Amino acid sequence: MDIAIEPEIAARTGSDPTVPELFRIGRVKNETEDTFTLQLLPVAETTRISFLPGQFNMLYMFGVGEVPISISGDPADTSRLEHTTRRVGVVTKAMGLLRPGDTIGVRGPYGSHWPVTEEDGRDVVVVAGGIGLAPLRPVLYHLMSQREKYRKIVLLYGARTPEDILYKRELERWRGKFDLEVQVTVDRGASGWRGNVGVVTPLVSRAPFNPSNTIALLCGPEIMMRFAVIELQRRGVPAERMFLSMERNMKCALGYCGHCQFGPLFVCKDGPVFCFDRIASIFNRGEI
Amino acid sequence: MIQTLEPVIKEHPFFAEMPDRHLEFITGCAKNAQFDDGQIIFREGDSANEFYFLRQGLVSVELLIPSRGSTTIQTVGAGEILGWSWVSPPYQWHFGARALQRTRALVFDAKCLRQKCEEDHDLGYELLSRFVSVISERLEATRLQLLDLYGHRD
Repeated sequence: MDIAIEPEIAARTGSDPTVPELFRIGRVKNETEDTFTLQLLPVAETTRISFLPGQFNMLYMFGVGEVPISISGDPADTSRLEHTTRRVGVVTKAMGLLRPGDTIGVRGPYGSHWPVTEEDGRDVVVVAGGIGLAPLRPVLYHLMSQREKYRKIVLLYGARTPEDILYKRELERWRGKFDLEVQVTVDRGASGWRGNVGVVTPLVSRAPFNPSNTIALLCGPEIMMRFAVIELQRRGVPAERMFLSMERNMKCALGYCGHCQFGPLFVCKDGPVFCFDRIASIFNRGEI
Repeated sequence: MIQTLEPVIKEHPFFAEMPDRHLEFITGCAKNAQFDDGQIIFREGDSANEFYFLRQGLVSVELLIPSRGSTTIQTVGAGEILGWSWVSPPYQWHFGARALQRTRALVFDAKCLRQKCEEDHDLGYELLSRFVSVISERLEATRLQLLDLYGHRD
């Protein structure tokens, strides 16, 4: 049986979107005890790097398996890819053993993106939890590079402990900027931690933004997003201006296999970034 | 020029739609306070005769764990209400509170308010219904915290 390849996927990924391209590991950076960032450099000169914030790649560990991982690098940097991953399964644990010079297969980029390019002139509230900051990092790079186009930019980030905070140096740098409000909270403070303790949702209620002219971008555990959505709604942010990155078990990334079905949608093809307006009726339904 | 606290209190969402006569009384029970970085605001077990509306800064709500010392279980920031142990007997602080930054707050004399609430049940209802919201928000946040949302998923 022939599988029809959608033109835009073929254009992005070459003639066959099921075949990975070879990349070399440039750098491995341990972000936390169980999370690391891989810097990937294309092996073939013909490989193009182009993606939109929020999209993901399928990373293939040869002989082990393939996993969908969000792109966490700067979309303006076309020389390399960055992926931040937590060691949770067989494939990601094997990825954690990669060293500079090793190779990995990459298919992509796939999926929908954060809608920032269409939302100039608004306040932007970014709500991230745990490793959910990784898919949002490209959009933060984008917002910084186009700072004059937006009004207030607020990043609210929740992590388990101070040791689990991702991209610490960058967060410190961003926190030092006068035109970016960064608030970090942890579930469990340690001695020496002098920041917020508690979940990320109360930060939403006191964050400085104008709800009537705000877009909200959320990524993290679904239950966290659920309560953040409630808080954003309470403040008056309409459903059509809230965007969530959903996570399901993606396998093919092309909308063929159905593993990531989410009600009438496929997360790999229709998502992972969804406008809340589109998924409100199926969001947080146990059977979906 | 002395600035009255009433506009500040009136503008806070916690006091939204509260009748003027109640606001007037509550304002009479309020005063400005300032806490330095590291200053203890109240100690666990002490009499709970105040509550606080934080105007600036950050406060840690702490629990003393033997052999581990004070552990921060939550922080409360600008715009939030701190302290609800004054609402129910034995009117003792269940947790301690310490300023993590230079903090400005309005302090309300809860002992006085408690007495007034006994006499004026309308005021009691107005205040307690607002504190129930604060308590329910804290309970919701605590439940989420207990879920260990960002933990490992093997």
